[in-house]
Amino acid sequence: MSVRTPSGNLKGAIDLRGVTKRYGAERVVDDVSLAIQPGEFFSLLGPSGSGKTTTLMMIAGFAGVDEGAIAVDGADISGMQPQHRGFGMVFQNYAIFPHLNVFENVAFPLRARRQPEAAVRERVTWALDLVQLGTFADRFARQLSGGQQQRVAIARAIVFEPRIVLMDEPLGALDKNLRYDMQVEIKEIQRRLGMTVVYVTHDQEEAMNMSDRIAIMNRGRIEQVGMPSEVYERPSNAFVGRFLGEANILDGTIDGLEGDCATLRVGGLVLRARVRDAVTVGSRASLFVRPERVAIRSPGAGERSGNRVEGHVRRVSFLGNIVRYLVEAAPSTHVMVDVQNDGRPPLAVDTAIALGWAMEDSLILAG
Amino acid sequence: MPLANFWRDPAVLIVPAMVFIAIGFAVPLVWFFVETLREIGSLAEIADQAMSIATSRAVINAMFTTNWIALLVTLLTLLAGYPIAYFLCHSDRLRFTLVLFCIIVPYFTSVIVRTYSWMVLLGRNGIVNQLLLGSGLVDAPVALLYNKTGILIGMTYVLLPYMILTLYAAMKAIDPSYMRAAQALGASRTYAFRHVYLPLSAHGAISGCLIVFILAIGFFITPALMGGPSDVMIAMLIERSVEIMLDWPSAAIMSLLLLALTLVLYAIYYRVTDVRRMMGT
Repeated sequence: MSVRTPSGNLKGAIDLRGVTKRYGAERVVDDVSLAIQPGEFFSLLGPSGSGKTTTLMMIAGFAGVDEGAIAVDGADISGMQPQHRGFGMVFQNYAIFPHLNVFENVAFPLRARRQPEAAVRERVTWALDLVQLGTFADRFARQLSGGQQQRVAIARAIVFEPRIVLMDEPLGALDKNLRYDMQVEIKEIQRRLGMTVVYVTHDQEEAMNMSDRIAIMNRGRIEQVGMPSEVYERPSNAFVGRFLGEANILDGTIDGLEGDCATLRVGGLVLRARVRDAVTVGSRASLFVRPERVAIRSPGAGERSGNRVEGHVRRVSFLGNIVRYLVEAAPSTHVMVDVQNDGRPPLAVDTAIALGWAMEDSLILAG
Repeated sequence: MPLANFWRDPAVLIVPAMVFIAIGFAVPLVWFFVETLREIGSLAEIADQAMSIATSRAVINAMFTTNWIALLVTLLTLLAGYPIAYFLCHSDRLRFTLVLFCIIVPYFTSVIVRTYSWMVLLGRNGIVNQLLLGSGLVDAPVALLYNKTGILIGMTYVLLPYMILTLYAAMKAIDPSYMRAAQALGASRTYAFRHVYLPLSAHGAISGCLIVFILAIGFFITPALMGGPSDVMIAMLIERSVEIMLDWPSAAIMSLLLLALTLVLYAIYYRVTDVRRMMGT
């Protein structure tokens, strides 16, 4: 029997149904329901303490499920021991066994499954080549860099070709450049092997770069689930908007509604944006627009269908590829705008400036 | 080196202890060896005498008994200590404190008192024999004292804390994520224990065994009080030649033999702890 064959026709779908975890009175994971598709790269994204790691540990079997159920390909696994779940797993601190060399580390899942020696050799060589560590088989963890250790951990998690691989902030300890390269590599491996990956991270760029879908978690609950572009462009609330990169979120009151368009009064400004949530005239709401969708307009020109505000530059942040301005558009109302660094010197603080953005680029978030 | 710098070096803090050890231990030891060996005569005569003592039946027997008992005691402490150290590593604060208290507190009692307590428990009419007879498990009292059994029970008890504390330190240094990783990757609890936990705690077991063995080969009070006439350990032989035979040169040569053995074991111990540092744990 080859280890290559996935067991039966199981594909790697994971269903969380009303999963809850309590520590004392606190619900660290609160009624989480998710349907992760076979072969999907699915990220749990959230700040620390949002319950994303606990959710992963419940899927892995290291934390018990207090309420609800977890099913894989339709079969309930809530009470199953971790070693019987058959998932690959990559830990944040790598957890490379220090007493075993790279080869034996990668061989571990196969030996634990009593695979014959020939199959072990073949599979380990395959896995090490996949993560480009073929020549490192005899090394020990202490002789490897952080990135290399992470590759060993990945090879060890995929060597027995599990249909599901769980990853707990695997790139958290690596520096920024290496992290991007590893993201590309992990995504490439996942695509080639067609496995389901559940990936926990607090880095929104990482989640957006790799994921087919992202679940944004906060205080044990899921705030939004969707494709990266979806959650980035159309956040379900202010938390999601702020968490996935920079966002202008201008609080105000709904002044008028016509079709899918609303007028919002923010301080002294009147702004228009698309409505998605149910809002009524007079209710509190916020306008959401990404700073890169806001542009500097020439003074005096009109705005066709969008919003136009005028104000003064209050802060200039030179970030290399972009320059970010904080513009005071009305007393205590600030709008952030990102401008591509085109080589011209940045505007000075207190410069008078006009900003505009298209109505489609902004969204009304219910109070 | 200017004097001001000397006083700033933290090494200055160990000077009093070093002086004390030199005056209280190193100097008398060297003095004892030099003075007693000079009684024998020239270097050739010393070598002759040493050879004949080292190959004498009494010394060979005692060395054999000593090493054999030390080995058994080491294995017994390892067998008894490993589960206790594991328990200490994986229990909550209250249970940890309670068990550690039970391990440490006997240390504050003198060895002699503890040894006599064992004699009360293990004697012909001791509590253990009364329980065994009362329960009908045995028909006649079991000889638990004044033989090897007595020595092994007594020495295992006295040396157990060294083993437990050494093992505990090694086990505490094992990152729990290794066991988690093993389990997540499909290893049963037994497989994970055998292939991950056991090898990672092995250096602690080796260190503990060496410490216990080194201490055991020099043991005197417990085997003298709890052992029988045939169980003569090397330390007892040394004591006899000083106290009864008044043969100081023989005592010196036997002491040197014991010291040499201890130093060899210590060198091994040093290597083992060095390896541990290399492992980065």
